[in-house]
Amino acid sequence: MKTDVLIIGSGGAGLTAALAAKDAGADVRVITKEYPTRSQTCMAQGGMNAALGNVSHDSIEDHIQNTLKSAHGEADEEAVRYMCSEAPNAVAWLDEIGVCFSRTPEGKIAQRRLGGASAPRACYAQDYTGLKILHTLYERCLKKDVEMFSERYLVDLLTKEDGSICGALILNMRSGELEHHFAKCVVLASGGYSRIYDKYSTNSTASTGDGIAAASRAGAKLLGMEFVQFHPTGLKNSSILISESARGEGGYLLNSKGERFTNELAPRDEVSRAINEQIVAGEEVFLDIRHLGERFIDENLPQERKLALLYENVDPVKDLIPIKAVAHYTMGGIEVDNKSQTSVSGLFACGECANHKVHGANRLGGNSLLEIIVFGREAGKSAANFVFCDEKCQNDFDFKKEKSFLDALIEYKNEIDFYQKRTELGELFYKKVGIIRKESQLQEAKQEIELLKKQLPLMGVKDTSKVYNTNLMEFIEFRNMLDICERVVSSALARKKSCGAHFVVEE
Amino acid sequence: MKVHVKRESDFVAYDVELPDATLLEVLSSIKTEQDNSLAFSSGCRSSVCGSCSMRVNEKEVLACAYKVQDGDVIEPLKNIEVIRDLVVNMDKALETKKRAKTWLQTYNKEAKLTHEDEKINALQSDCILCGSCYSACPVYAVNEEFLGPFALTGVWKYVSDKREAQPKEKIDTIQTNGVWDCTLCNECTLVCPQGISSKADIEKLRMKSTMAGYADPSFTQSFDGGFGFDGSPSF
Ligand SMILES: Cc1cc2nc3c(=O)[nH]c(=O)nc-3n(C[C@H](O)[C@H](O)[C@H](O)COP(=O)(O)OP(=O)(O)OC[C@H]3O[C@@H](n4cnc5c(N)ncnc54)[C@H](O)[C@@H]3O)c2cc1C
Ligand code: SF4
Ligand code: SF4
Ligand code: FES
Repeated sequence: MKTDVLIIGSGGAGLTAALAAKDAGADVRVITKEYPTRSQTCMAQGGMNAALGNVSHDSIEDHIQNTLKSAHGEADEEAVRYMCSEAPNAVAWLDEIGVCFSRTPEGKIAQRRLGGASAPRACYAQDYTGLKILHTLYERCLKKDVEMFSERYLVDLLTKEDGSICGALILNMRSGELEHHFAKCVVLASGGYSRIYDKYSTNSTASTGDGIAAASRAGAKLLGMEFVQFHPTGLKNSSILISESARGEGGYLLNSKGERFTNELAPRDEVSRAINEQIVAGEEVFLDIRHLGERFIDENLPQERKLALLYENVDPVKDLIPIKAVAHYTMGGIEVDNKSQTSVSGLFACGECANHKVHGANRLGGNSLLEIIVFGREAGKSAANFVFCDEKCQNDFDFKKEKSFLDALIEYKNEIDFYQKRTELGELFYKKVGIIRKESQLQEAKQEIELLKKQLPLMGVKDTSKVYNTNLMEFIEFRNMLDICERVVSSALARKKSCGAHFVVEE
Repeated sequence: MKVHVKRESDFVAYDVELPDATLLEVLSSIKTEQDNSLAFSSGCRSSVCGSCSMRVNEKEVLACAYKVQDGDVIEPLKNIEVIRDLVVNMDKALETKKRAKTWLQTYNKEAKLTHEDEKINALQSDCILCGSCYSACPVYAVNEEFLGPFALTGVWKYVSDKREAQPKEKIDTIQTNGVWDCTLCNECTLVCPQGISSKADIEKLRMKSTMAGYADPSFTQSFDGGFGFDGSPSF
């Protein structure tokens, strides 16, 4: 199977890249381990930033400054400038292809204020912003005849003798067969890695960092892996997200004594630490939106009400919502330049799996949806350009034939239950590589990861059937998560000083 | 607490002690603690990705939004090929979106959406493509070519959108195996987790079709004018 541009991942980043590459004249194939419309992008509620100034005064320069401030010196100013300047175009494009943004009474695209922003800047579609963007992109792909394959799992990238990328080894989940998908270049758009925190994460179960792990195995550089953003308001029991817009619209944070203890609109890292401090001090923490009123809640925060009722048995219209801070977004990822090119020839990356140096040490709410559109397009264009301009593409697809992880798997024993280890790993990371970090605890986590990696051959899978073997898929994910965990811990150990989401305390 | 899960050959009963848990939490605990071979799909855990739709006691639900009761009988969606256990192949159902052309064909630059315009199809664009409506639809059960509820809802979304400059083209597309094949039984509406009524959308599309000069084929085809011997409409 051959194509020009092979895109792994069909969230907002992957689909935007696909459309851009297709528009540039390349043959494109998109592969996802889910279905395109089920990618995590559908979960984004709060909104997408663009300094349109539709509600009150705003400027692109303010957007840039807010983003740089939140990034704690770890962002690349040029990349941030580009992203923020492109934002109005990105929103206009989404509007043109049919995204149902909420409107102001005057018919402009409505905007709300999220943490760390100096003005109401996030364009939204009720609290289904990601869903509506993702589905509209999907429909656009249908219109443009983009080839999309669902339920196909990236195992590894295929590399040539010279180290450049020429495709991917894919497990067809339905048949259980391995497929070689050859391409002139590959764009990774496979999402973040917050699921290493297991039940302490707001993320979709698919955010296991597969693409980052595969890229790293193929020699790509990773950057900023220690920067994991904790969201202040995950539901206490399930870690399901209560959108930041709840605070943006005026919600309070209270402790068990009913006291407010922090500025609710400060950047996420500060608010998360404040919450964590309370919890460590034995307090429970609650989000209070009762004063917003039933009508307002039903109109603007309907999902939050539904989820609080379902998972915590509380009705936000009259009850406090119990919350805790949980892993939400991973700023780190595959290092790319402004053209989304990684350090490996023929490999591009965009979206949460990539590090475009626009979020630095702490991402602002609403900047991720923006990033996936702006840099998704950049990645698609660059990939197409590579296909048409780079001589290497003319070569045959003679990849290095290596033993894949799946071949080795046959000899794995089943003495240790990896599901149990996955749960323990999440606990370990939340406690020791979480909101507050200490060198000794990072060292402990490091040793534990090393041990788990050694024990991997004793874990194996129980289910040996071919068709739709989710036991196998979850095991491959677990292996990827271990690789990612190793990188997160070593980057965290290497950064001795606090910086944004990476907060170190002396012992 | 016992739940009965449809597996490849037959129902298998599992014992779980998880008070007040969602079905997805229960299935996950079965998978990780009792039977690693159980297959089902999930993603967001928050009713927005559409991965975990299945049938409980013969009704379509999202596993992540349903609280389990003792004795529940869990099955995969109907009318869709089962790949394994509770996992179905959505490809064919999704293909209907392509055949129905549920996208913005030509952007109308003059269109200025107001807050009211936004409301007209906000609900339709809440669809999460969970496929529950296809499972419940009696017409889709017998006619695989039927465009089906979510695709037609998608068409209405664009037909009612001022930004679409060519709504007529969409109306043309849905005349065969489309709006007139629906029996207006309302089953799709009853199961939709997002509160969407495809039936109501189909009725609106029929009205638009009539305005565009199309007529109910079952009405025009039979010369009797579609009336039975006693004069009552037979459609
Ligand atoms: C609950 C929640 C709310 C959020 N709210 C906001 C918000 O309001 N504003 C904002 O800006 N950001 C928000 N975010 C962040 C934002 O949604 C994500 O960062 C963004 O959607 C990531 O998009 P993506 O395209 O990079 O990846 P994803 O949407 O995660 O897509 C990843 C894709 O890769 C595929 N994939 C992964 N591994 C493999 C593999 N091995 N083989 C094949 N395919 C694979 C997946 O199937 C999927 O298609 C939120 C995130 C969450 C979880
Ligand atoms: S219309 Fe409702 S039932 Fe049908 S796919 Fe959409 S959300 Fe699911
Ligand atoms: S109303 Fe129409 S689309 Fe809905 S279930 Fe009945 S026949 Fe199917
Ligand atoms: S897991 Fe996404 S809808 Fe249930």
